[in-house]
Amino acid sequence: MAFTRRSILGAAAGGATVLASGIRPASAQAGPVKIGILHSLSGTLAISETTLKDVMLMLIEEQNKKGGVLGRKLEAVVVDPASNWPLFAEKARELISKEKVAATFGCWTSVSRKSVLPVFKELNSVLFYPVQYEGEESERNVFYTGAAPNQQAIPAVDYLMSKDGGEAKRWVLAGTDYVYPRTTNKILEAYLLAKGVAKDDIMINYTPFGHSDWQTIVADIKKFGSAGKKTAVVSTINGDANVPFYKELANAGVKATDIPVVAFSVGEEELAGIDTTNLVGHLAAWNYFQSIKSPINDAFIKQWKEFTKNPKRVTNDPMEAHFIGFNMWVKAVEKVKSFDADKVIDALPGIEAPNLTGGISRMLPNHHITKPVFIGEVRKDGQFDIVWQTKDLVAGDAWSKHLDGSKDLIGDWVDKKCGNFNVKTSKCGA
Amino acid sequence: MPVPAFLRVLWAALWLALSSGLAVAQAPGARDIETALDKLAADSFGDTEAAIALIARSGVAAGVAILEALGDRRLFFVAGDTAVFYKDAAGRSFNARSGVATDIPASASSVRLNNRLRGQVQAALGSMTLLSPDPAQRLKAAETVVKSRDASALPTIDAALAQEKDDGIRRALEDARAVLTLSSTAAPEPQRIAAAQRLAANSDNESLSLLRQMAGEARGGLKDTLDRGIAAIEGRQKLQLAAQTVWFGISLGSVLLLAAIGLAITFGVMGVINMAHGEMVMLGAYVTFLVQEGFRAKAPHLIDWSLPLAIPLAFLATALVGIAIERGVIRFLYGRPLETLLATFGISLILQQAIRSWFGPTNLSVASPSFMTGAFNVMGLQVTYGRLWIVVFTLVIFALLLVILKATPLGLQMRAVTQNRRMASAMGIRTRFVDMMTFGLGSGIAGMAGVALSQIDNVSPNLGQSYIIDSFMVVVFGGVGNLWGTLFAAFTLGIANKGLEPFAGAVLAKIAILVLLILFIQKRPRGLFALKGRAVDQ
Repeated sequence: MAFTRRSILGAAAGGATVLASGIRPASAQAGPVKIGILHSLSGTLAISETTLKDVMLMLIEEQNKKGGVLGRKLEAVVVDPASNWPLFAEKARELISKEKVAATFGCWTSVSRKSVLPVFKELNSVLFYPVQYEGEESERNVFYTGAAPNQQAIPAVDYLMSKDGGEAKRWVLAGTDYVYPRTTNKILEAYLLAKGVAKDDIMINYTPFGHSDWQTIVADIKKFGSAGKKTAVVSTINGDANVPFYKELANAGVKATDIPVVAFSVGEEELAGIDTTNLVGHLAAWNYFQSIKSPINDAFIKQWKEFTKNPKRVTNDPMEAHFIGFNMWVKAVEKVKSFDADKVIDALPGIEAPNLTGGISRMLPNHHITKPVFIGEVRKDGQFDIVWQTKDLVAGDAWSKHLDGSKDLIGDWVDKKCGNFNVKTSKCGA
Repeated sequence: MPVPAFLRVLWAALWLALSSGLAVAQAPGARDIETALDKLAADSFGDTEAAIALIARSGVAAGVAILEALGDRRLFFVAGDTAVFYKDAAGRSFNARSGVATDIPASASSVRLNNRLRGQVQAALGSMTLLSPDPAQRLKAAETVVKSRDASALPTIDAALAQEKDDGIRRALEDARAVLTLSSTAAPEPQRIAAAQRLAANSDNESLSLLRQMAGEARGGLKDTLDRGIAAIEGRQKLQLAAQTVWFGISLGSVLLLAAIGLAITFGVMGVINMAHGEMVMLGAYVTFLVQEGFRAKAPHLIDWSLPLAIPLAFLATALVGIAIERGVIRFLYGRPLETLLATFGISLILQQAIRSWFGPTNLSVASPSFMTGAFNVMGLQVTYGRLWIVVFTLVIFALLLVILKATPLGLQMRAVTQNRRMASAMGIRTRFVDMMTFGLGSGIAGMAGVALSQIDNVSPNLGQSYIIDSFMVVVFGGVGNLWGTLFAAFTLGIANKGLEPFAGAVLAKIAILVLLILFIQKRPRGLFALKGRAVDQ
C-alpha cells in the first residue's frame, strides 16, 4: 500500500517538475524511475542483507532531496527473496519485467548472484553486487563493487607474512562449505605454495552453514599451532557460524598474540553480536571500516544514524560498496542522459566516484572497481583499529593470477567486449 | 629476608613518581620514560616499539602503569600535542608525565597497537613485574616471560626464584627458566638438556611447540633428549585426545539434550509434532537478552545474576506462549498429525518474523557472566567453564523433569493421559487441562534451553531453526515417549559426532551420523528404548 501511495505522490511531484520547467520529459513514461532492491529480509541472510536494503533506501531518499536523476525522482522497489536461491531469480524477473526497474542493487552470497545471472542477461538489465566474493567472473550486466580476492584475501595474507603481522609460517584456512570459501582458499593455497610455504604447513577445514559446535576445530587449530612455527588462521567462515566460533576461541584462550585470526566476512555488524573483550587483536581485512576518519565517512555515519533513528547502528564494508555503486550509476546515467541499460553499461567503465575512506574509486573495464585495502584489529568496543593499509587503490582482478585455469584471462567490456578474454590465445572464451 | 637493593630502588622510584612530577624528572631512568612518552604521543608503530624498549630498559616502576595502560588500550594522546594520559584499571585518569590525577580531554584518542607490539608489551611487563609484591601478578609475569622467550630476562628470573616462597609460582618460574634456557642457543648444552628434560615432563602444547622448534636445529645429545621429549609428550597427548573427544561429545550431547528435552515432552509424551519448538528456544534466548538489558540499565554491578534470574522468567514466558499456542491452535488438531505439522510450522515462521520485526534481524549480544568465562585444566585436558555449566544445567533440568513426571500429581495425570486418554478421562482427569499444562511444560523447558544456548550460539531470529532437526533426531533415536531414551540418545549422538569429526571433518561427520541413524531406524523403527505394551497402539 505504502508504495502505491508513494508512487502516486512521486508521480505528482514528477508532473509538477515537468510543468514548472515547461519541458517535455525525454523518456516516454514520465514519473519516477524505479530502482530494484533485491536483498533478503527474512531467512538466514536477513541478518546481513536487511542493512543493505536500509542503506539503499537512505541513498535514494538523499538523491531525491537533491532533485533526483535527470529531473526525475527515484522510487525504490523492495522485494524479499527470503534467503532462497530460486526465489532470487523469480524476484529479479519480477523487478525487471513487471516493475521495469532501471537498475537493481542486490544479492549477498555467490549462489544468489549466480542464480539471478541468467535473468539479468536474458532481460538485459543492470545489477550492482556489493559483497566481497571469490572472483573468477566478469559479466556484462553485473557490476562488482565488493572486493575481488586480490583486494582482500591476498593483501591480508601478505600482512600476516610481514614483520608487523607476526611472520606467520603455518596457515589454517577455515571456511564455511560453499563456493566463496572454497574458491578463495584454492587461490590462497596456490599463493602460499608459490611463496614457499610447505604443503604440511597448510591446514584446510570446512564446516557446514550455521555450524555451532566449534570445540573440536578450535582444539585442532591449537594443536596445529603447536608445531613450533608461528601460525595464523585465515577465516572465510560466513554468517551465523561466526559468533559461536569466536565465543569458542575466546573461551579456549586462543589469544591474537599467539594465533591471530584474520576474517574476511566479519565486520562491525557481525561483531555487534559478540562480547569482544577476549578477541582484541584478532584481525579483519576489508576495504572500509567505520573507524576510518575522513569527513565524508563522518557525514555518512551521521546520516545513517539519523536515517535509522538508532545511535548505536554501525556501518560496514558492503554498505560502502552500495554507496560507491549507487553514485557511479547516477553519474553514468547523467553522463549518457538516459536510463537505458545498454547505454548505462557502456558508460559505467571509467566513471569515478568517491569512496568513504577519502579516495576516488574508478569502475574498471572488467566491471570491478579500484579500492584501498585495510587490515583492522578488533577493539573492545566492537570497532576496528587500522593496523595496515595499502598506499594506493588496488584494481580488482576478475580472474585470479594465481590459479592455473584463470591466470591468462581478463575481463574487458570496453575494447574486447568479452568477460573472459584469453591474452595468450587472443580469443574470447577461455 | 632482606629486601634486595634493586627492589628498594623500584619502590623509591614509585614513591617519587607518585609524590611529584618534578621528582620523576630527576629519578633514575626517568629521562627514558620522558623520551618514551614523546614517542608514544606520535602513535606510529615504529615509535611505539622504541618506546616499549625504552620503558623496559628504564626499570622505573611508573613505567609499569604506562605499559599496562598501553597493553589495555587505556593510554591516550592528543594529536599535535605531547601530553599523554592514562586510565587505571578502575577508570581513574592520570597525566602520564606527572602521575597527577586529571581529566582526559575529549579530543584524545588511544595509542594503537598491533599483535607484535602487544607481544613486546607483555614481555616487557613480564620482566618488570617478576618481583612484584602481588603473587597473582608474579604468576602472570612468569607466564608472560615464557611467551617472550627473551633470554635477557634470565637474571631477573633467578633473582625472583631466590626469594619466591609460593610453590605454584616457583614452578611457573622454573618452567620459564627452562624455556628461556632451552630457546637461547648461547646457553651451555648440559643446561639446555636439563631444561629440555624438565619441559618434556609437561604435556602442554607450548612445551611441545618449543621442543619441536628446537629439534629442528639441535645436534648430538640435545637432539636425542629433544626427540625423546617430543615422543613422550605426544604419547601422553594421545590419551588426552581420547579424553578430550569424550568431553567434547558430552558437551555437545548436553546441548542436544537441552534442545530435545522439551520436545521429548510435547512430541514424545503428547505426540504433537511441534515445528515451533525451536522458536520456544529462541524466545527463551530473547528473554535472557531482555533480562540482561534490564540489569545493565538498573543494576550493572549485579550483571552476573542476570542469567540465573533469566531461567525462571524464560520458563514462565515461553510456557505462557506454549499454552496460548495449545489453546489457540493445537487443541483443534489433536489426532491430525499432518495438519498439526503445517500449523506449527506456520506458527514458527510467524514467531521468527515477529521477533525479526521487533528486535531487528541482527545478532544481539548476550554477555557471559564471569563464572562462565575462562577454562581450567584437568590433567592437561582443557575444560571451559561455560560448557561445564551447560552440562550441569542440563542434568539438573533432566532430574527436575523426572521428579515432576514421577512424583507430582500433574506428572501422574500426564502419564495417565498419554497411556490411555479415555480411561483417564473416565477416572475424572480433565484431559484437556492436562494437555494444556503438558504443552506449557514442554515449551517452558525449551525456553530454559534458550537461556543456556544464548551463551554459545547466536541470539538471532534463526536460533531455533538450527536445533529443530537435531531435536527430532534425538527424540526419535531415543524412542518416543521415553525420557531416559532421550538422555541416552543425546549423549550417544554427541560422542559419536565428535568421535567422527577429527577423521571425517564436520560436514562428513554430520552426514555419516544421519545415514547411520536412518539405517538404525530401519532396523528399530521405534528407537532405542521403545515403549512396550498396549500404549504403543494408541
